[in-house]
Amino acid sequence: MNDGIVVNVCMGTGGIAAGGDMVMQEFIKEFETAGVKNATVKEKCRLHKVGCRGFCARDVLVDITVDGQVSTYQYIQPEMVKRLVQEHVLGAKPITEWLVGDDYHVFHDNQTKRVLADLGKIDPESIEEYLGVDGYKAAEKTLTTMKPEEVIQVVKDSGLRGRGGGGFPTGVKWSFCAANKADQRYIICNADEGDPGAFMDRSVVEGNPHAVIEGMIIGAYAIGASVGYVYIRAEYPLAVDRLRLALKHAEERGFLGKKLFGTDFSLKIKVKLGAGAFVCGEETALIASIEGERGMPRAKPPFPANKGLWGKPTIINNVETFANIPQIMNKGAAWYASIGSEKSKGTKVIALTGKIKNTGLIEIPMGMPLKDIIFKVGGGIEGNKLFKAVQTGGPSGGCIPQQFIDLPVDYEGLASVGSMMGSGGMVVLDETDCMVNISKFFLQFTQSESCGKCVPCRIGTKRLLEILTRITEGEGKEGDIELLQQLAEDVRDSSLCGLGMSAPNPVISTIKYFRHEYEAHIKHKKCPAKVCNKLLTFFIREDMCVGCGMCAKACSVNAISGEKKQPHKINNSMCIQCGSCFDACKFSAVLKE
Amino acid sequence: MTNSVAEIAENEALFVIGSNTTENHPIIALRMKEAVANGAQLIVADPRRIPLVKFATLWLRHRPGTDAVLLNAIMNAILAEGLEDKDFIANRTEGYDEFVKSLETFTPEYGQEITGVSAEDIRKAARIFASAKNAGLYYAMGITQHVMGTNNVHAVGNLAMLTGNVGKRAAGVNPLRGQNNVQGACDMGGLPNVYPGYQKVDDPAVKAKFEQAWGKPLSAKIGLPATEMTGAMLSGHLKGLYVFGENPALSDPNTSHSVKAFENLEFLVVQDIFMTETAKLADVVLPGVSFAEKEGTFTSSERRVQRVRKAINSPGNAQLDLDIIDQISKRIEGQGNLSEKPDPAAIFAEVAALWPALAGVSYARLEKESLQWPCPTADHPGTEFLFSENFSREGGKALFTSVPFVASKELPDKEYPYVLTTGRELFHYHTGTQTRRSSGLNAVAPEAFVEVNPVDAEGMGLVDGQKLTVSSRRGSISLKARVSDIVPPQVVFIPFHYSEAAANLLTSDAMDPICKIMEAKVCAVKLELQ
Amino acid sequence: MINLTIDDKQIEVAEGATVLEAARKLNIDIPTLCHDPRLKPYGACRLCIVEIGGMAKPVTSCTTPATNGMVVKTNTAKLYRLRKTTVELLLSDHPNDCMTCIGTGDCKLQELAYAYGIRENRFQGAMRDHNRVDVNPFITREQNKCVMCGLCVRVCEEVQGVGAIGYAERGFEAKVIPPFGHDLKCEFCGQCVSVCPTGALSGRLWSGKPRMAGVKFTDTTCTYCGCGCNITLRSTGDQVIRIDSKPDSHNRGWLCVKGRFGFEFINSADRLTTPLIRRQKGGEFEQATWDEAYDYVAKRLSEIKDKHGADALGGLCSARCTNEENYLFQKMFRARIGTNNVDHCARY
Repeated sequence: MNDGIVVNVCMGTGGIAAGGDMVMQEFIKEFETAGVKNATVKEKCRLHKVGCRGFCARDVLVDITVDGQVSTYQYIQPEMVKRLVQEHVLGAKPITEWLVGDDYHVFHDNQTKRVLADLGKIDPESIEEYLGVDGYKAAEKTLTTMKPEEVIQVVKDSGLRGRGGGGFPTGVKWSFCAANKADQRYIICNADEGDPGAFMDRSVVEGNPHAVIEGMIIGAYAIGASVGYVYIRAEYPLAVDRLRLALKHAEERGFLGKKLFGTDFSLKIKVKLGAGAFVCGEETALIASIEGERGMPRAKPPFPANKGLWGKPTIINNVETFANIPQIMNKGAAWYASIGSEKSKGTKVIALTGKIKNTGLIEIPMGMPLKDIIFKVGGGIEGNKLFKAVQTGGPSGGCIPQQFIDLPVDYEGLASVGSMMGSGGMVVLDETDCMVNISKFFLQFTQSESCGKCVPCRIGTKRLLEILTRITEGEGKEGDIELLQQLAEDVRDSSLCGLGMSAPNPVISTIKYFRHEYEAHIKHKKCPAKVCNKLLTFFIREDMCVGCGMCAKACSVNAISGEKKQPHKINNSMCIQCGSCFDACKFSAVLKE
Repeated sequence: MTNSVAEIAENEALFVIGSNTTENHPIIALRMKEAVANGAQLIVADPRRIPLVKFATLWLRHRPGTDAVLLNAIMNAILAEGLEDKDFIANRTEGYDEFVKSLETFTPEYGQEITGVSAEDIRKAARIFASAKNAGLYYAMGITQHVMGTNNVHAVGNLAMLTGNVGKRAAGVNPLRGQNNVQGACDMGGLPNVYPGYQKVDDPAVKAKFEQAWGKPLSAKIGLPATEMTGAMLSGHLKGLYVFGENPALSDPNTSHSVKAFENLEFLVVQDIFMTETAKLADVVLPGVSFAEKEGTFTSSERRVQRVRKAINSPGNAQLDLDIIDQISKRIEGQGNLSEKPDPAAIFAEVAALWPALAGVSYARLEKESLQWPCPTADHPGTEFLFSENFSREGGKALFTSVPFVASKELPDKEYPYVLTTGRELFHYHTGTQTRRSSGLNAVAPEAFVEVNPVDAEGMGLVDGQKLTVSSRRGSISLKARVSDIVPPQVVFIPFHYSEAAANLLTSDAMDPICKIMEAKVCAVKLELQ
Repeated sequence: MINLTIDDKQIEVAEGATVLEAARKLNIDIPTLCHDPRLKPYGACRLCIVEIGGMAKPVTSCTTPATNGMVVKTNTAKLYRLRKTTVELLLSDHPNDCMTCIGTGDCKLQELAYAYGIRENRFQGAMRDHNRVDVNPFITREQNKCVMCGLCVRVCEEVQGVGAIGYAERGFEAKVIPPFGHDLKCEFCGQCVSVCPTGALSGRLWSGKPRMAGVKFTDTTCTYCGCGCNITLRSTGDQVIRIDSKPDSHNRGWLCVKGRFGFEFINSADRLTTPLIRRQKGGEFEQATWDEAYDYVAKRLSEIKDKHGADALGGLCSARCTNEENYLFQKMFRARIGTNNVDHCARY
């Protein structure tokens, strides 16, 4: 692959959103134009689309490799393509001012890429390219030379744990399923990524769908499943298209279907689209959804490994878990377990977002300290503000405060401070974030996504949200913190599924670490982070106000008055603290206290 | 029913023929649905797309009146594939060889020709039914109300015997009784040929037993079945009739004929709780009471004897039916006065003493439990399914009966081109004397209708809801059309609950020669737009 | 068989039995709201939670299979607290208008509120407001009283096989409705009404009728088809006001639309209340006393018998009436009149 010239255009959802499609079209056009004049372009130049490499903020990212020398460009737009072709592709002279900077390399160099290794390198729509990186070798080796129980043993030995959130040892789960006597077993890939801000699974399916399929083939063989499903949300159209294409290609090559690799083992994988319910990420709700029922969780036990889809033993693993499997089979359990921490082996893909410089998709070895993720990979806090906390594990994870900045990020580490790994979401918060408000934000999400089946989740989260809302609106009462704590614990302890059990986590952890913020809201009617508008007084600094009148226009209750070109004033008796004036002012003249 | 309702859930295969179970026996149908949920295979044979079809593995849409041929063809296919239960046939049946010979002509292909069900489906049904470990047969009036009703019943029995599905749990031949106490009325001797407990009136030993018990000389002559009473009334042989709790003026096939018969009587007594169509013709009307006002017992389809208890007092001057019968009975012999009150428990004990199968049942036991007969002794738990050891024939073996093809009496022709089949709907019951007086039921099912297949409707320019005149050789009624593929083309269906559009004005009083049932399920009609 | 310990008591149960079933076998009372032994376990109300040795969190006893050596606690302080919170949460979204609610006296939520002594509610907050108009003559829905136990949905699907109702919306606004809110494919069997633990579903026919006080319960047998369902008549004075069936009956408490809702005929104004005699063919009916009627009937029957013989008389007894009545009727014809001309409409 490293002979000649290779142009990679990032065509993940992020890349396409930034214009990747048009950039691609421009390259094709420019190559054709150039090709007419220059034979070497036709022969030597390969243009292809690749999946997301994680740094979507810099899209469209384009790699141009000339004789093994890779140059990565950022923020490429269609109109820039002509010059890239002329100067770099044809002229072999990189355009230095468009290249990525050091931060791009810092971002990548501090990661350990296994699952994401081929993302951004291979064309996800080409099975040949996957085969070119030893694709389907692991499946072939497994099916033709190993017994199912040996496969399970290797996965057990690797220490791989479920990447969907629970962190249950994958090999052990497989062995439970395999131990059941059954005429039919199922394997399901959970690609119903529902956490706001999370896009790990989407990126992997978009960028390397064959790795997931290969992982499923190996898993299906290990547990004896002849039918598999990929449950993927319909809001991921690109991932769905690429997955379907990959399944079609795999079937054409005989990697799926009857008698795989000349063995007696057969596997059919179907795609099932989810309708975007967060709770369908819960495995029993997911099963209900595949069965055609409303996605509502069922009580465990019995666990799906014993009684799952249509009552048959079923294994559900998420995308990332399956994507790890081929590498484990290719390189061995010891190789896999060589990185990571004591109880959490391998790497973890994380969606890093929030008030951080380098937002994007990253992969780190298990056990990497929090501070390395935030300050090395993430490049630190945006706008040089103070780091306050990080919410891990999605909306039902917990908030980890500054004091635990050295915490190793693995299953045990996160759990020890009341948070969780979840599927790998990480939202970084800074000093301008109000923890009560953050807690409310996450509760809003979990409450509206509760399926409504069990009482503590359906009503309990609603009441938690109501109490949080009244606190942020200055209506907090003495005893509200204790009430929140009690109710949060009760909801956690008595809910039916993971959604309800973990929904109170943000409340519990923010009260634990930021109780003073709650007290400020309730006792002093103040929001220390100046976020909760109802607790703020808005006023206009006369020396900053130019009298443009934008604030007065934005005010829906006519509380702002002033002559044109003269400093304006807010009548606080009329003000409803909506914050519109603050957002409307272009001169930072509106202040809140 | 040879078997019990609860056992249905344990069936591996069910064959429902001539029974719209979900509408007519809703609670028995629940067990059928449960069986399906448990993995059982359900075969439904019905010309109409009845609600149970939704749950069926296989739906055989045979032409009305071809049930026996369908069953024969299925049995032919069972034999062709060697799926019969050889042990059962050898050990517990008689008449097999002759029976096998009688089936020879009933190939699945012949079945297809006569019934309209494909030979392939006939074979499929054969395999499903004969391969199941426990398979039950369920039927109702769709089997019996035909001129060849007896044949049909024999064919059902033959299929059960051929596959060894009688005399064991979760199987059997199970006629579903249409009314709450058909079983009990039969058990109690409400039949012209038997005393209580199916003891034959023409058996001298039996007669002697009852003469002794009742202290009266009894007639050895088999009486008239209800269906023949009509003729006897018209001919003047039957001059006085006492109708207790029935409404034959609406429920009899060819009712205008029946009404004439009633009018020809010298004396008609009707004992009922409402002024029914029959009561209106009576010379004396005796107001009885509803089930909520009396003590007694009912016996359900599964031979389960259960208590009926008084909840409220009867209205006005209405009297307990038992008292009325008792008084008239006594006054015929010049005795009786109003202060005498018969005791239901004592009467039940009298029956129990006369019928061994009921000997172990008493009001004392029924206070705590319900019991399925046979229950011969006071410590007997009752019997869930019959014939586990022997059949009730001399020698204890079941007899195969050859069933020839008999066509319905009145088939469609040029003048009357449609087949009319009748039945009930979910929301009403029988002649509607009760349900049409229940506001909710009458609100959801307020009027009569005739189901017409969309193909036929289009052919005659009929739209849903339009009024039609439906006529047969015997009468004519006017009602709204319900255009629906529930019925196949050339077949129409009318529920018989509605006196204002009484389906039985149209139906035929052609009769089965043996059991004297009338052919309410098949007659020829014509449809005319209004 | 499986042996386990519940609240320090040993119990043996069959393979596949749940912890709840085992506890009930020991007569240990565990509160439930969404459980019905006739339906599949559901685990939604979270009231039947128990603590099991080796399990990190309380689990619902209705869904957890009993296993050998299991040690179960059903009544710890922690469980009490969790159950109480659950009941309090339910009440926080409930109209609490028990005085005028049709369910009063027959309401599981009311019993729970009483048992946990909930007068004040810590969680007072927004309440659902499902305004709706139902157009059907049988079932009244008051969805604000729905506790989302799912019994109605499950009975309709699992038992009746109809699936007329399901869930819609998420979170606090989750509710039970027919598909798309209006496509009601209902058989009106009322199974849903019979399993509803609150006043959310009720029979329109018994709306406004006495609930518990002064109501007489009579166990009897349904008068419609041959299924022979056990029913309980509720009456007040001489009015039948409601029909139910007990879950432990052979019909398992299930009834059909006729059996459950078709009882108004009993108290119909059309009921015959006095004997009527038409003394001349073509004449009018005249009211008579019973003595007159009995004697007249006996006289006329005897006359025919004397003139034309016993076989000139016939009787139709009734598949609708009791065994005793039928027995006496045929006995009258056979022994007193002397003919076997007795039949009934078994053939119709």
